[in-house]
Amino acid sequence: MAAKPDTLSFQDLILTLHAYWSKQGCVILQPYDMEVGAGTFHPATTLRALGPKPWNAAYVQPSRRPTDGRYGENPNRLQHYYQYQVIMKPSPPDLQDLYLNSLREIGIDPLLHDIRFVEDDWESPTLGAWGLGWEVWCDGMEVTQFTYFQQMGGYDCKPVAGELTYGLERLAMYIQGVDSVYDLRFNDAGVTYGDVFLENEKQMSKWNFEIADTEKLFRWFKDAEAECQASIAADVPLAAYDQAIKASHVFNLLQARGVISVQERASYMGRVRDMAKGSCEAWMKTNGWAA
Amino acid sequence: MTDFLLELLCEEIPARMQIKASEDLARLFSEKLAEAGLKPDSIQSFVTPRRLALIARGLPLQTEAVNEELKGPRADAPPQALAGFLGKTGLTREQLVERPDAKGNAILFAIIEKPGRATADVLAEAIPAIVRAFPWPKSMRWGAASQTTEGLRWVRPLQGIVAILGEDLVDIEVEGVRSGFATRGHRFHHPDPITIGGANDYVEKLRACHVIVDHAERMALIEAKAQEAATARGLTLVEDKGLVAENAGLTEWPVPLLGDFDPDFLEVPPEVIQLTLRTNQKYFVLRDASGKLAPAFICTANIDAIDGGAAIVAGNRKVLAARLSDARFFWEQDKKTRLEDHAKKLERITFHEKLGTVADKVERVAKLARWLVEEGIVKSSPTTQTVTPAEAGVSSEGASTPEMPAYAGMTKSELADMAEQAARLCKADLVTEMVGEFPELQGIMGGYYARAEGLPDAVADAIRDHYKPVGQGDDVPTAPVTVAVSLADKLDTLVGFFASDEKPTGSKDPYALRRSANGVIATLTTLQLRLRLQSLILVATEQLAEQRTEAIDSAALDVAIEAMSNLLGPKAADRMRQRLKDVESPTAYGLWFSYYSSEHSLLDFFADRLKVQQREAGVRHDLIDAVFALGGEDDLVRLLARVKALQAFVETPDGTNLLAGYKRAANILKKEAPSPTAVTPAQAGVSGDGALPNEMPAHAGMTATAYTPEPAEAALIAALDAAEPRATAAIASEDFAAAMAALATLREPIDAFFESVTVNDADPDKRAARLALLTRMRDAVHGVADFSRIEG
Repeated sequence: MAAKPDTLSFQDLILTLHAYWSKQGCVILQPYDMEVGAGTFHPATTLRALGPKPWNAAYVQPSRRPTDGRYGENPNRLQHYYQYQVIMKPSPPDLQDLYLNSLREIGIDPLLHDIRFVEDDWESPTLGAWGLGWEVWCDGMEVTQFTYFQQMGGYDCKPVAGELTYGLERLAMYIQGVDSVYDLRFNDAGVTYGDVFLENEKQMSKWNFEIADTEKLFRWFKDAEAECQASIAADVPLAAYDQAIKASHVFNLLQARGVISVQERASYMGRVRDMAKGSCEAWMKTNGWAA
Repeated sequence: MTDFLLELLCEEIPARMQIKASEDLARLFSEKLAEAGLKPDSIQSFVTPRRLALIARGLPLQTEAVNEELKGPRADAPPQALAGFLGKTGLTREQLVERPDAKGNAILFAIIEKPGRATADVLAEAIPAIVRAFPWPKSMRWGAASQTTEGLRWVRPLQGIVAILGEDLVDIEVEGVRSGFATRGHRFHHPDPITIGGANDYVEKLRACHVIVDHAERMALIEAKAQEAATARGLTLVEDKGLVAENAGLTEWPVPLLGDFDPDFLEVPPEVIQLTLRTNQKYFVLRDASGKLAPAFICTANIDAIDGGAAIVAGNRKVLAARLSDARFFWEQDKKTRLEDHAKKLERITFHEKLGTVADKVERVAKLARWLVEEGIVKSSPTTQTVTPAEAGVSSEGASTPEMPAYAGMTKSELADMAEQAARLCKADLVTEMVGEFPELQGIMGGYYARAEGLPDAVADAIRDHYKPVGQGDDVPTAPVTVAVSLADKLDTLVGFFASDEKPTGSKDPYALRRSANGVIATLTTLQLRLRLQSLILVATEQLAEQRTEAIDSAALDVAIEAMSNLLGPKAADRMRQRLKDVESPTAYGLWFSYYSSEHSLLDFFADRLKVQQREAGVRHDLIDAVFALGGEDDLVRLLARVKALQAFVETPDGTNLLAGYKRAANILKKEAPSPTAVTPAQAGVSGDGALPNEMPAHAGMTATAYTPEPAEAALIAALDAAEPRATAAIASEDFAAAMAALATLREPIDAFFESVTVNDADPDKRAARLALLTRMRDAVHGVADFSRIEG
């Protein structure tokens, strides 16, 4: 191992971003304790993007993408990775500058590296959500998704929230100059990302692709759907939304197992969307917000 | 006179929207000024990722005073009318002027003086209106103002407005964004506010702050610097205007930089590397002296980096290496499986709910490709006739007949085997990793994989090219195996979707059926392939029906057969019963039904596409209609030959006069005899499936008159007696010019007949005989085309 590295370790990258966004007035949250496909699914983004109340938050969210698993053999693809998520509502007028300063904080100098905002509109059919924005490029690599939410759960965002999603592993690989995610310095005490997660990738890929009992998964999906509807009826939208998240993840697992045909796929996505939208609708209603 | 500068600063505008936005700004601005009566000497507009700007030169400081006249009531109008007019104009009776109208009545006029307005005021009104109604293809709300959905929408958050007339600020506020003298330079080189004096220093001041405001200048710069970098390395830049424009839309200060990639990656097909570079990374591609892809790229940075760009190049190399490693991994993975094994996975992909899986489609295409060869429609020598594409009305480079040693001495059954083999593999690459990543490489990858596993070149070429032609001007395939697969694929798609009632409507064509039909037409007409579309539709539908079967309900079958018998006659029902006795499924019958109702619409669809395609070749659409109207003509090559002969004929004096005579006869017949013995299309000698007799109706008895015909009448009878068999024989041998020549002999007799013979004779026998004669003449003309459809 080299002496004292002059670049941030993986955990220092997170700590630096926490300190920075905390200074900008964000609530620093911990990851949501459920399996989700992206940081956007965290209720601190999905549900808080609705309604008139200001809301600024930042958090790390583990993201699970079962179909991206590669048994730990691909240096860039993981079925479990981290996103750093910032949401600011209403979007501040200087959000781009705030973001660029965060890059400077983690050691990316925009007079040395080529930072670009390249059109990339975001849409999540399962959340009934869309927004306009960019993917941010650093020397040709996408490091962040930058979005102004226009709709969530089928409702216009009033006001609009700005959302930043940093791909942490990618960013860290870039900063540390390593070619494999498993070679990342997790800390400065000799622990690598591979030490922490390689075995996890191997086992979880195997489970996702080969072991997971599809009959149970189908049942879980149905159960979550029923529980979601019951929770909506009982006016507990936060609980209903948890079930929507659960169903969404089970659907992703079913996809990884390759047991959902093309036609069925659309129908399952529609069912997840109905749960998410139903939860958002109930959330609007219990808060007394008009569409 | 003075100049005006407008700049709208905002967060990064998508590259693809910039040029249009810049044009829209100039257009809307000049329209708004024109409404106020202002016309600048020139308007120049600029666009960068962060700003839309415009400079108008030679603007007057004031608009001109104008007198507007309003016409009022007559001077002697009742008082209410006058009061109304005075109320509307705000004038008194004394201020009105009297003027006489054409009839000498005194009319009141109000002359309203409109004083000139300050140009600054006009601008202060116009700019916010332009901003609020700007036609962005996609726009958004943002920030605190987005509390409602009523507020300003812009492509991305609007951050500033500079509006300077001469040296003075035009004070504007649009939803909280207020105009000023300050803007910003380059995002990283000059992030602090800079003050603009006006139109004269704008461009240069921004240049000093690392912003080139002119899109065209940035494009020229990127091109020149990229060329320079390539030349310095002894490489050639692959020209790509679209990519230059895109990069100019992503940079305010473009700096092209050259980097290398590991030459080992060049083992991956060049199309893959090019797509990775261009689409994913927006890099330029380079070639070496021998024309091969070079292991280098040019990216366009947006900064003059403090290290000269070394870190940027290193970063981009790394990103590219990761992407190319993925591509190489896919390439190697995919090659481990033979195409026929990939093809098995097509069973899992739905082609269309009503048309089964892609594997089902492949099965149909394979059979159809074989059929096209076995029926002699596609032969082993690429073209069978000497008609050039230009004559066929199709322009295509692919039309030339290349040498094809691969086909020398190939028998029909060998060709058929090869066409079927290629068809069975043509969609296999859809399940490969590479095509999953780069869908636009479908076909191309299949071709590579086929060659890599040692399949014959003819098969690999057919897999690669069977999607062709994909658009107007695209090459038409000429290699026989490719032609068979390409036609079979497109025709199966067309028949399938028409049979499933998924036809294009208006602007909706989700399955790109128009493109498929255009491809079929271009291929058939360019290569002069003789295909009866109806027989093909029949075969393709039968295949579909046999394949898409479900459990049989024999009661439903009987009902269906009875319905079919009622609808189409017992023969059709019998034929269907024969065909489907082993299949016997309601689904199959459903398809049969929709086939019989769709057959016509699919042919109509081809007719429409043919008209569109031929219009550009200068073929009159009414003539195509005239031939199509005969019905039953479904061989596009023959149809076009007939149309061309017809076009040549109707443009001669004989043709024009015969058309006039025909129209006169047709009018008389319409008036005098509402239901003459109408000739059916099949009788006109262009029968559909050979199911109906191919002969002219026997008119001879009708014109053997009981009285002595007048000389002109007798001459017309004689001319018809001579012309009819000539025309019929000529049509049978597809000598359409000769058929026209035969018709031309009718011109003088018909003219003479109308000159001296009264059709509407008092003697009912004579009248009937003469009407019959005209009917015969009309029918003879219809043997060639339905002249009633011809314009002029």
